[in-house]
Amino acid sequence: MSEKVYGGIIVEMTPEGYLEDFSVWTEVIAEEIAKEEGIVLTSDHFYILKFLRKCQSDGEKISIRRIHKSGLVNLKTFYTLFPGAALRKAARIAGIPKPENCV
Amino acid sequence: MTVSQKNPVKKINIICAKGAIEDVYATLILGNGAVMEGIECNIFFTFFGLDAVVKDRMDKLHTAVVGNPALRISSGMRMPTRLGVIPGIEALVSGKMKRHMEKLDIPPVSEFLEIITAGGGKIYACKLGMDMFGVKNEDLSEHVSGIITVGEFYNLAGGEGSHIIFT
Repeated sequence: MSEKVYGGIIVEMTPEGYLEDFSVWTEVIAEEIAKEEGIVLTSDHFYILKFLRKCQSDGEKISIRRIHKSGLVNLKTFYTLFPGAALRKAARIAGIPKPENCV
Repeated sequence: MTVSQKNPVKKINIICAKGAIEDVYATLILGNGAVMEGIECNIFFTFFGLDAVVKDRMDKLHTAVVGNPALRISSGMRMPTRLGVIPGIEALVSGKMKRHMEKLDIPPVSEFLEIITAGGGKIYACKLGMDMFGVKNEDLSEHVSGIITVGEFYNLAGGEGSHIIFT
């Protein structure tokens, strides 16, 4: 566990760079984590981030298929919004734990 | 798990030459896993593996019930190979496997191909395999990027940090 300062607030992070506490997340924290990932957040990003946070608080399993079936966003757009390891990056920025599934 | 890597995997190239559920899904899960990690991915379906990219067959794959010593029935007991020859057993076991996978949120083959290609993964069909099995271009899934030869596949697989996997 390590500590980082985002938006003037000290937050605890897992060794892999995910928020330890889901509830401390703010949009400012999201913007600063996104900056580390080379992403400038737009309303389209926040729409997805909030969906991921809702899934997490409802105890739903988060997967690429969940995003695909949500009808929230075209999967191609999702990969464009979060280039590279899309789901992992989106989860990190959304302040939720790292998705641990294979699909 | 955090691992700092000196030589990260940059590209995964998978060859799938078999068409049983377990062979095709091993391929798709490895491929999708690469895409999810932001790793470039090429999948080459050849011989019996072509069934995974033929529209009318891709969601009707079966698993081998004869000559599959790891196949077990619900109680954990090995399924005797002799049972596998009874008509309908292969369809029954295959249906059960698919339902179990659906419960684990593993998508059908057609949807899996859509998910992989949406993330930038590329799907290829083998030209020779298509000629051998009489598969026509119009039989293929819309997610197939091209019909290629083995030489073209090796060209695609070139580069540092690139690996070839045969499932």
